[in-house]
Amino acid sequence: MTDGPRLSGTRAGGLRVAPLVHLAWRKAAVDLVVEETADAHTLVLDVAGWPGSVAGQHVDVRLTAPDGYQATRSYSLASGPGEPPALTVQEVPGGEVSPYLVRDIAVGETVELRGPIGGYFVWTGARRPLLLVGGGSGLAPLRAMWRAADPAEPVVVVASVTEPARLLYAVELAERVAAGNVSATVHLSRADVPDDAERLGTPLQALSLRTGRVASTTVTQALTACGGTEADPGVFVCGPTTFVEAMIHLLAGAGLDPRSIRAERFG
Amino acid sequence: MAGFQGRPRERDDRMPPGQYLTRDFPVLTAGPTEVLSPDEWQLTITDGTSTGTFDWDGLHAFGLETLTTDIHCVTHWSKLGTTWRGVRVSTLFDVVGVDDLPYALVTSYGGYTTNLQVEDLVERDAMIAVEFEGEPLEPEHGGPARLLVPHLYLWKSAKWVSRIDLVEEDTPGFWEAAGYHNHGDPFLEQRYHGD
Repeated sequence: MTDGPRLSGTRAGGLRVAPLVHLAWRKAAVDLVVEETADAHTLVLDVAGWPGSVAGQHVDVRLTAPDGYQATRSYSLASGPGEPPALTVQEVPGGEVSPYLVRDIAVGETVELRGPIGGYFVWTGARRPLLLVGGGSGLAPLRAMWRAADPAEPVVVVASVTEPARLLYAVELAERVAAGNVSATVHLSRADVPDDAERLGTPLQALSLRTGRVASTTVTQALTACGGTEADPGVFVCGPTTFVEAMIHLLAGAGLDPRSIRAERFG
Repeated sequence: MAGFQGRPRERDDRMPPGQYLTRDFPVLTAGPTEVLSPDEWQLTITDGTSTGTFDWDGLHAFGLETLTTDIHCVTHWSKLGTTWRGVRVSTLFDVVGVDDLPYALVTSYGGYTTNLQVEDLVERDAMIAVEFEGEPLEPEHGGPARLLVPHLYLWKSAKWVSRIDLVEEDTPGFWEAAGYHNHGDPFLEQRYHGD
């Protein structure tokens, strides 16, 4: 654990990807709504002059009520670098902003958006292959990363969801698994893998499902698939705080230097 | 269909612009959580000439002060009326005999850094905090000891604080070098460079 100074020296200092000009609020019109799960929607936005993003960056979204009241939240970009900005919003029951973005907003309506922002939890392509570990809606910025990867490049995805119906991007993951460069293991933390695979539907059948929380064997296999710890893979972990802490612990137990892991926590 | 309405408005002068109240205590940490026992923790304060190092007992020898304050994270959440216990940074600076230099670079176990003006460390409520809401500070919130600078966005309140260097020239820290505002006043909404 002697490489502490690197964290602030080369890593932050070398990643000056946030613009050094004032970040202006821009009008963003909802162009497309994709129902990922029953309570998570992806909003694809049309933003004039959108500069593109680095995989893993986020934006601030501002909503204004008729009386001028405003609410602002940060959301990860789920879109690849050259794509229009897309946000996957998981509804938080009783929340102020997410129920509106999931239940109410319609194509053609607008929000304000500021970004892209962030220079730490980003994948610029420098470290490869990619090992992406996501819990719940923590998959959103990881989708930006697998979309940023070269199609010929191996990407190892480990996902954790409570039950199959809550997995984001199941179809896209299955397509990428079928295409050959992505491997995806999905742990069901509060459900058993059904005996009858056909009940899962086509996309989920293509994914490797496992019952229970992400286990050390899954993490070890994922690291091996990336060429082991010597390969210096790009390791990104995103999800609820307890999930992220548990995953860092498992990855460190598998031999990875915890300081080489980029983590983003929420909740 | 109805547009965005938001929550019922309750104007509260304690809330900075663009923030919302949370009852949770979300965690924003760049890297892994450092797990450090009080026995392992030390804080060094230096201006290059005078240097003082405080261990757990040495810090507690000053007695803990209670501070009830609001905290604001750049990711838009705020908590009002949180209670912390710790030792004022100004007390430690006085003991070491440093305060003449204008800037401070704060370093954490794990390598995180953040930069502040010395006046932000000595003229308001900044403390080295060891308790939150009557309990020892948990590792994910920066325990055993973190810097707390409640009048600035919380990324300035370095967790697992290990070192404060007082310096002549301002040097951007970890988030500051990555595009976040150099000062970070929530009431001026200084979130990002150029705000």
